[in-house]
Amino acid sequence: MELLIVLIIGVLTACGVYLTLRGRTFPVVLGLTFLSYAVNLFLFAMGRLTVGQPAIIDPRAAAYADPVPQALVLTAIVIGFAMTAFVIVLALKARAELGNDHVDGRPAP
Amino acid sequence: MNHLAIAPVLTPLLAGILLLLLGGACPSMRRPLSFIAVVIQIGVVLALMAATHDGAILVYALGHWPAPFGIVLVVDRLAAWLLIITALLAFFVLLHAVQGDDRTGQHFHVLFQLQLFGLNGAFLTGDLFNLFVFFEILLLASYGLLLHGGGPWRVRAGLHFVVVNLLGSTLFLFAVGTLYGIFGALNMADLAQKVAVASPENVPLARASGLLLFGVFALKAALLPFYLWLPATYAHAGATVAALFAIMTKVGAYCILRVYGLIFGASAGPVAGLIEPWLLPLALATLIVGLLGALASGGLRQQTAYLVVASVGSLLLAFGLNRVAGVAAGLYYLPHTTFATAALFLLADAIARRRGESDDRLDPAAAIADAGVLGGLFFIIAVAVAGLPPLSGFLGKFLLLRAALDHPLLSWIMTAVLIAGLLGLIALARTGSLLFFRALSPPAKASKPLPALLLEMAPIIGLLLLILGLTVAGGSIVEQTRAIAAQVLQPQLYINAVMHSGATP
Amino acid sequence: MHLLFLICLPFISAVVVAAISRLGRSQAVWLAGITPLLSLLCLFPLAKTPFTGHTLIQRVNWLSAVGLDLVFYLDGLSLLFVLLILGIGFLIVLYASYYLPQQDRLGRFYAYLLLFMGSMLGIVLAGNLIQLLICWELTSLTSFLLVSYGYEREEARTGARMALTVTGAGGLALLGGFLLLGHIAGSFELAVILAAGDTIRAHPLYLPMLLLILLGVFTKSAQVPFHFWLPSAMAAPTPASAYLHSATMVKAGVFLLARLFPALSGTPEWAWLVGGTGLLTLLLGAFFALFQHDIKGLLAYSTVSHLGLITLLFGIGTPLAAVAGVFHIINHATFKASLFMAAGVIDHETGSRDMRQINGLWSYMPYTGVLAMVASAAMAGVPLLNGFLSKEMFFAETVDATTHLHLGWLLPAVVTLAGMFAVAYSLRFIHDVFFNGEPIGLGKTPHEPPRWMKAPMEVLVVLCLVVGIFPALTVEPLLNVAVTGVLQGPPPEYNLAIWHGFTPALWMSLLALVGGGWLYSGRRPLFAFYERYLERIEAKVLYEGLLQRLFALAGVLTRWFDTGSLQRLLVVTISAFLVLGVAGFIGAAMPLTGPRGLLPVDGMSLLATMILLATAIATVILHRQRLVALVLIGVVGLVTTLIFIKFSAPDLALTQLSVEVVTVVLLLLALYFLPQHSPLESAPVQRIGHGLLAVVAGGGAAALAWAVLTRPYDTIAGYFLANSVPGGGGANVVNVILVDFRGYDTLGEISVLALAALGIYAMLERLHLDSPTRDADGRLWDGELHPAIMATLARLLLPLALLVSVYIFLRGHNRPGGGFIAGLITAVALITQYLANGVGWTHARLPWNMHLLIGLGLLIAAFTGLASLGLGYPFLTSTFGHLHWPLVGDFELASAMAFDLGVYLVVVGATLLILIHLGLIHQNRLPKDGGWAKGSVQSTDKR
Repeated sequence: MELLIVLIIGVLTACGVYLTLRGRTFPVVLGLTFLSYAVNLFLFAMGRLTVGQPAIIDPRAAAYADPVPQALVLTAIVIGFAMTAFVIVLALKARAELGNDHVDGRPAP
Repeated sequence: MNHLAIAPVLTPLLAGILLLLLGGACPSMRRPLSFIAVVIQIGVVLALMAATHDGAILVYALGHWPAPFGIVLVVDRLAAWLLIITALLAFFVLLHAVQGDDRTGQHFHVLFQLQLFGLNGAFLTGDLFNLFVFFEILLLASYGLLLHGGGPWRVRAGLHFVVVNLLGSTLFLFAVGTLYGIFGALNMADLAQKVAVASPENVPLARASGLLLFGVFALKAALLPFYLWLPATYAHAGATVAALFAIMTKVGAYCILRVYGLIFGASAGPVAGLIEPWLLPLALATLIVGLLGALASGGLRQQTAYLVVASVGSLLLAFGLNRVAGVAAGLYYLPHTTFATAALFLLADAIARRRGESDDRLDPAAAIADAGVLGGLFFIIAVAVAGLPPLSGFLGKFLLLRAALDHPLLSWIMTAVLIAGLLGLIALARTGSLLFFRALSPPAKASKPLPALLLEMAPIIGLLLLILGLTVAGGSIVEQTRAIAAQVLQPQLYINAVMHSGATP
Repeated sequence: MHLLFLICLPFISAVVVAAISRLGRSQAVWLAGITPLLSLLCLFPLAKTPFTGHTLIQRVNWLSAVGLDLVFYLDGLSLLFVLLILGIGFLIVLYASYYLPQQDRLGRFYAYLLLFMGSMLGIVLAGNLIQLLICWELTSLTSFLLVSYGYEREEARTGARMALTVTGAGGLALLGGFLLLGHIAGSFELAVILAAGDTIRAHPLYLPMLLLILLGVFTKSAQVPFHFWLPSAMAAPTPASAYLHSATMVKAGVFLLARLFPALSGTPEWAWLVGGTGLLTLLLGAFFALFQHDIKGLLAYSTVSHLGLITLLFGIGTPLAAVAGVFHIINHATFKASLFMAAGVIDHETGSRDMRQINGLWSYMPYTGVLAMVASAAMAGVPLLNGFLSKEMFFAETVDATTHLHLGWLLPAVVTLAGMFAVAYSLRFIHDVFFNGEPIGLGKTPHEPPRWMKAPMEVLVVLCLVVGIFPALTVEPLLNVAVTGVLQGPPPEYNLAIWHGFTPALWMSLLALVGGGWLYSGRRPLFAFYERYLERIEAKVLYEGLLQRLFALAGVLTRWFDTGSLQRLLVVTISAFLVLGVAGFIGAAMPLTGPRGLLPVDGMSLLATMILLATAIATVILHRQRLVALVLIGVVGLVTTLIFIKFSAPDLALTQLSVEVVTVVLLLLALYFLPQHSPLESAPVQRIGHGLLAVVAGGGAAALAWAVLTRPYDTIAGYFLANSVPGGGGANVVNVILVDFRGYDTLGEISVLALAALGIYAMLERLHLDSPTRDADGRLWDGELHPAIMATLARLLLPLALLVSVYIFLRGHNRPGGGFIAGLITAVALITQYLANGVGWTHARLPWNMHLLIGLGLLIAAFTGLASLGLGYPFLTSTFGHLHWPLVGDFELASAMAFDLGVYLVVVGATLLILIHLGLIHQNRLPKDGGWAKGSVQSTDKR
């Protein structure tokens, strides 16, 4: 199972990096979104993987998943959301100011 | 429980909130509120300096949860030192902002206060993930401030700045995650203890995450090869923001000093001295690259930005010597370069305003109004920035080289630093001669009405007075920085203070 | 009386002069003139100490911790220089008041001059090397100001910059040298260093240290090949030249040679470096001086030559040579200063400095002529003048120093040749200027200068004569103490007589005089030769070329590093991170995979994984169809949610889900204003490169994850699980961590959210984007904005959604949920209203100012934290109690929930602010300060 998660993290990171390296703002935003998925999963996985043991105190529960990474990821998700929102609006601003959506403000060749 | 430790964080936060709530209703309240907040901050931080002067380390367990489980704020000499620098800089930057820059966009003062909130939080926190959170705060605030006023070049620079920093934040999380995944800890002191006894199979991971973290901080500090975002960003930011950003690169430098003094420091067993082979050479390269950039710059703002890069080089060079004298030299140089570059950014703006079309471009143009005053100030600031006698810049350079005298790489360090000094001299002499001596025609009309000269120059003069203070009071300040350095390079003090702080749930 | 005061006096009065000069010229002159006299007065009581054979040392603590105290050191050598600086300084002040044009208020000039004077005093009185260096650099800076005084002229600017660059570079080298010297001697203090000569000379770092220090000396004292700045600095006002370039600043270099003589001299390295450079400079300076047409140029090269002479003497290194050196320092100062003044007078009276124009001034200004002749005779080394004495000592030394050597005759021969050239150019100075026909094309008819302009020259010329005729009565005592200072011991036996009998030195002097005369009479072919071959050979040209190359190189490198392209910036950054990450693993023999047991794979997860990977890759492939990409990335997000559910993270799942929804809405709104397709622009090669980088990065992340997942770890989690209920009053540990254990993080997190909202709001104001009427494929957008069914549906859903969010909020502390998720649900519900019914309709029923909402949220969160301060507990300390709600049930009501309420409000406020304002872009009239302008509302409804 771990292998799958590792695979997902790897692929998401790769996709994120590739898209971030594109020349237009929108793909870059998508790329950053991918990267945040990847890193959130990574952070989450750092608490190791546990099935069916949510960290909700319950006398019947035998064991719990590590709640700390979950809390961290939750914070990370929120921050990631804020950042995504900011970047996408910045992309609009750039389009308005520069007249095109190239990351360096160059018009399309 | 001494609540003083939380004050530097709460003051700007509450001020920001208040400004947000009242700002819309009564705009006239904004400036006074902002000022009061900064002044309070200065007072609070002075109190903290006094409290930590004898070497005491204040630990503040937030939510009354003991370390390493809750988040702790840690005030040692180093933290207090950076706090006071930030607060003083903030005061004079604000003094400049209220002369009109704060009207060019929405929510300037809110963003300004929250920027301070982020900075102070970053300096105070003793928790690695919390450091990430405060990085994000100060970054978002800086994004907001950077884009203040808008304009194509600024937006373009802002876009690059934001994207590359998001990349940095991602790497930060990878690094923190890895550390938690191996050592199950986030508290820096706790991590330091656990890293020191890391089992061999975990060492490579610890090293990898440690180096990634170094990359993240190097990105913030604008160390080669991570500096590429800085010149454009600073060159196109508004004067106020650029001046405030003079402290931003120092956050990265601070984190490097803190994390690699504490977690990966001398007592870190298998990973001790993790970044030693990297920091010094990169710093040397950064120093030279920055000055080449300054030579090549076509505008005063850009030149200043490259001088910031160079100053980062000198600063991290000092830290990279990894000895008390070196770190002390760096800590002496830190406020100097912060104030000097900030002043230069403000002056560059004042000059540009008087040059009409040719703005801050370094090509011959009409003489500028008030050339006498501006020229005089430029001369002094240039002397400070180039590290020429008699100002603190020179003392910093002297302290740095003196600390390097018995370093194996002495010949490299001395060559680089001396050549760097020469390049800076050449670049600034050219700029000054071009801006103030070489007049093609009598003064051009200022692009927009100028504020009263004295008022306009007040923040610059204030910053220069601080530099003068650093010079005249050099003796006691050197003592202080040595004390700070000595404390930083004994991580056990920090660890003990945090791990045995008496908070219980 | 403290020497510090002596030094500070000029600095203080510099400031005052600058200030009072606006009152009038004479005030400035008086103050500037009195200053050196006052300093002399301060010196007087201290001056006797050196004569008693002692050294006066005073100390002011400064950077004591690093051995940098202000130490003031007054011995014979310092005394001599102080007298030169102050004495000649006074004369210069007087002279300048006549030289500079009447309309010049003089404030600036005198301020600079006094600053220079103070710096110079600082050098010669410094008892600490670093302190000496500080003043050394100050003289470079002040000389920059003085040379660039007439900055309207190009040559003034370039000359000033050249002087600053060369001497500044030397100063930096000197810093290096001093640091090494201090390192070797164990202190920067002169007293220690002068006593540690043997240690220093024996130290392995001796040579590099010596080289660095000599670089400083040679640049300052204009030694070949660094001499070129001095002729260029002649653009300075002549009084400044007379002061800096004859008497004082250029002497700082040789002063340092004298100062460190006991510590550094006496090694072959010293002899060859110092002596060799001196000899070369002596000869070349004298040679080039002859061919200058500019009077000041001639004097400048002659100064270079004389400095070479002095340097050579110190290079020879015998005590007697030192005596001659010091003596010549005095003499050169007197005659060269007066010559510069004469040149100034001529320039002033004729309006030219070109000796091809200025001729036959004898008939116009005989008096000045006499003064000039005496001075230049001294320069030539004519008997009965001071120049003769020191020059003869010099000749004698060159003979004694080399007689025992093989080819020993060479040195005397060369210096005699130099002597000839000295005589020749002195002759030229007199003959060309005062005789040699009539003036050619001068602007005005020259006449004698005003009385007091001549006075300073008279004083100096008289000195030349008196010293030349009665050396023993006049200069000897001073010379004695000065030499004592140089040698740090008793001076050698020497005899300042005019007549020593028929010594080799005498013959050399005579030969020089005769040969000089012969050279000058036969100058025509020499000049022709010079102009044909040598005129273009100048170190200055070399320097300028070097500087240009430097700037060019800097430009090329900088543009190569910093192309201003985001893609490049990211490539560099990512690669650097990869290098760092990999470097961490290198050198570790440890296997990547750890021992920890793994979970079995089930089909469901496999399938989900496949879907996720497929969609991710599809997104990349199709990323240029933006809408498609957006939909696909939504799917990725949803599968991520499933992963969270699968691995027991319900809170994360809920959060991810709600964030996903809002993000997609956000991106959709944004996409409306962006092109629907990305053009294909990066070249295939580039794409492949990026692809590889991406794959490596992905591999890295995966490897890191794998390495960690396959290793066991111990965690602090246990504490949270144990204390969540008893300590935090909540069963949902994740939520308790968020609002209690790590509430501080959450406070930061909502601040980030608030900041994002405010930043976005600030960005969106005044932002106007034309909304396309057709989509990318040319289809018209649906004109109807708010379909009726959707509108009604949305209105029906609203209360339900709100109820859900309240429930989610309340249960959050114990079961999955919490303020953040609740907030997003509310936000989504409200957004649907905006989407379905339009801003106008919704806002009429929802008159909130989102800024206030955000502020309120932050305030509540912060105050929840502050409340605990009142009870003496740290910030954010929580408390909780039980509360029975009819129908809803039994709730634990923790103070942390108030905090969570803050979170809820911020989330709602921020999300709405962002989305609504994004929705409002296409109306260019945005509400200011968060208040809603009616106009925007109506315009929405109109569309």
